[in-house]
Amino acid sequence: MATKNILLTGVGGQGTILAAKMLTIGLMEAGYDVKMSEIHGMSQRGGAVVSQVRYSKEKVYSPVIEKGTADIIVSFEKMEALRTLDYIRPGGTVVVNEEEIPSMSNMTGEEEYAPDVIDEIKKAVGKVITMNASQMAQDLGNIKAANVILLGTLVKAMGLDEIDWEDIIRKNVKEKFIDLNLKALKLGMDSAE
Amino acid sequence: MRKLLTGDEAIARGAYEAGVRHAAAYPGTPSTEILENIAKNKEIYAEWAPNEKVAMESAIGASMAGARSMASMKHVGVNVAADPLMTFAYMGVNGGAVIVTADEPGMFSSQNEQDNRNYAKMGKFPMFEPADSQDCLDMTKAAYDLSEEYNVIFMIRMVTRVCHSKSLVDCGERKEVPVKTWEPDPMKYVALPAHSRILRVQIEERTEKLAEYSEKSPFNYSEMHDTKIGVIASGASYYYAKEVFGDDASYLKLGFTNPLPKNMIKDFCGKVDKVYIVEEDDPYIEEFCQVQGLTVHGKDTFPSYGEMTPDVLRKSLTGETLPEVQYDHSKVASRPPSLCAGCPHRGLFYRLGKRKDIMISGDIGCYTLAAGAPYHAMNSTVCMGASISVGHGAQQVFNRAGVKRKVVTVLGDSTFFHTGVESLINTVYNNSNTINIILDNRITGMTGHQQNPGTGFTVKMEPAHAINIEELVKAIGIKHVKVIDPNKLDEVDAALDEFMDLDEPSVIITRWPCVLKKFSDADLTEWPGLFKTKDVVDADKCIGCKKCQQTGCPALLFDKEAKKVSIDRANCVGCDVCVQVCPVGAIVKEEK
Repeated sequence: MATKNILLTGVGGQGTILAAKMLTIGLMEAGYDVKMSEIHGMSQRGGAVVSQVRYSKEKVYSPVIEKGTADIIVSFEKMEALRTLDYIRPGGTVVVNEEEIPSMSNMTGEEEYAPDVIDEIKKAVGKVITMNASQMAQDLGNIKAANVILLGTLVKAMGLDEIDWEDIIRKNVKEKFIDLNLKALKLGMDSAE
Repeated sequence: MRKLLTGDEAIARGAYEAGVRHAAAYPGTPSTEILENIAKNKEIYAEWAPNEKVAMESAIGASMAGARSMASMKHVGVNVAADPLMTFAYMGVNGGAVIVTADEPGMFSSQNEQDNRNYAKMGKFPMFEPADSQDCLDMTKAAYDLSEEYNVIFMIRMVTRVCHSKSLVDCGERKEVPVKTWEPDPMKYVALPAHSRILRVQIEERTEKLAEYSEKSPFNYSEMHDTKIGVIASGASYYYAKEVFGDDASYLKLGFTNPLPKNMIKDFCGKVDKVYIVEEDDPYIEEFCQVQGLTVHGKDTFPSYGEMTPDVLRKSLTGETLPEVQYDHSKVASRPPSLCAGCPHRGLFYRLGKRKDIMISGDIGCYTLAAGAPYHAMNSTVCMGASISVGHGAQQVFNRAGVKRKVVTVLGDSTFFHTGVESLINTVYNNSNTINIILDNRITGMTGHQQNPGTGFTVKMEPAHAINIEELVKAIGIKHVKVIDPNKLDEVDAALDEFMDLDEPSVIITRWPCVLKKFSDADLTEWPGLFKTKDVVDADKCIGCKKCQQTGCPALLFDKEAKKVSIDRANCVGCDVCVQVCPVGAIVKEEK
């Protein structure tokens, strides 16, 4: 099989790194070769966070995704989808959480947060799945579960739903959050259509 | 046992399996997680040193005493550690010794892009360059055996993508390596000129033997496919090249890169029509090939700087990238990093940036963000600990040239312990009159919260003596010292005012913990109710002047239509800086 490329992006603190971690564990346990790349450091301080995941039944070479080759971008914040859109391959899927997190330059009014970010993505990409995962998670009882909702949508959209994600959630989240995250996973999977 | 590990985790695992007993480091992205993971093993003594030179020397002492030891650091840290490293390379080891350098092509979290492979060449010690996490583990284990066999310290040269990328690793078991006997051996361990002159000659013999090893090392190998193109690559670049060239090229993967395998390279070049050298940072392999009289293509085709990722290679080779979707890039708003809500640096830099007739000499840490908007409160940043000494040098010129400009130097607690202490000694010794501000946020912040000599804990979270910065600077000879709460803007102003016209050096310590810190019992005793409150905007009073936003707090949101500011409750921790800035008293502490 050709190597599959997944790009997860968001703003520091949104749980992209944990979602990417569970994704890679699931892929590894399913017998894929996996590589993942993240850049840490100053980005924790309110900056953009990107995790790149590549997997294949054969050997995966580069840990980073080449622009124009991502099969799917999952963006935990809508501006970050636009920022990373160069990575999507023609025909790829973009999953966007509708949450808007203004950056410092937006808050001070130096730069505008474009009101039509999602329209711009839809103009460029054929398959866009939009959802308000933050609100959906809030309705489940905790906004922090938005990352697992998006993980659910991601694995469904990539046809990876045969992997036992419930088991991976049980092993990787704190016990008191397991039920919440199992619900979030199902909600995310159901939202992939 | 198969695990998905980052390169840093795999280095730590390799050290564990190799029987390492002693590891020392100073935190620095992207190397920090090496020691953090090593410290999880009870079999290995681990320590944060105040700086990389001390870490290197600690590892040297452990090797002399007979234990396998490691020092790990980011690339610029090796500059600090270079003095002991260069001489230890003459001496040789007792227990195997390894230094790990984490280089940063592309400079994600660094001030320069230096290629530390040049250190291996300059110091005449052997070097590995891992390409993925499995390489990290295998090369670390091999490095210890070879270090003892060839009697020399090894360098492992990582790059950011190898440090922070995860890939599958087959792990083994720990091999217990007994501590070797220590015997006095002045010829080896006492670097007198007379001894070093003899060792210097012996290095030539060692290098010849290592060159023979390089030719037969399992970490240097060729993969022959189509022979029109041959690619010679090391480190992460090998996988980037495989991604772009695939099976349309043959490869020579070099993992042991000092000394380079001369015959293997010549042989490979003879089998292919055209040779590309793919490597990050300097033309290290390329220049070696040129000296051998080989015709190769490297920096004439690929950029001299930055990462050699597949996009970069493809563009360099074909002039084009893969097709990308089209959209309006101008709609992408920038998202630069910013000081957190509740960051204790905010109040200080908000006030400091408003001072005229000063020069602010800064340092390396989260607070370097003060150089940008909205603070514009940092005029220079060079390297760890430089703030105080660079500031001193500038102040001397201003004073002698009759320029009325006070130099204010700013650095964090960990950076002060790193190399700031010596700089402050210089300031006192040479009768300077700078104001030196030590931002004591009770932790090493930017690298992700490591303990340091001021925090009261070791890397293993065992209790340690917490060095008192106030007492330390007084002992050095600073007579004017103030410890302030940086969230209280009047305290900031009062301290600056008091010290501004002094003819003697002064120190201001801003003591308040990092908002992201896991607080110790001592923290909670010193600051009861820390970060437990919220501030709130009275919308009726808010005049929409946005003055509060000039503090750069990410919890302050401006509603353009209502022309009012509100506070994001989830983000606010009640530091009250905005409360003090509001000209109409519209921001208040929320009542419980």
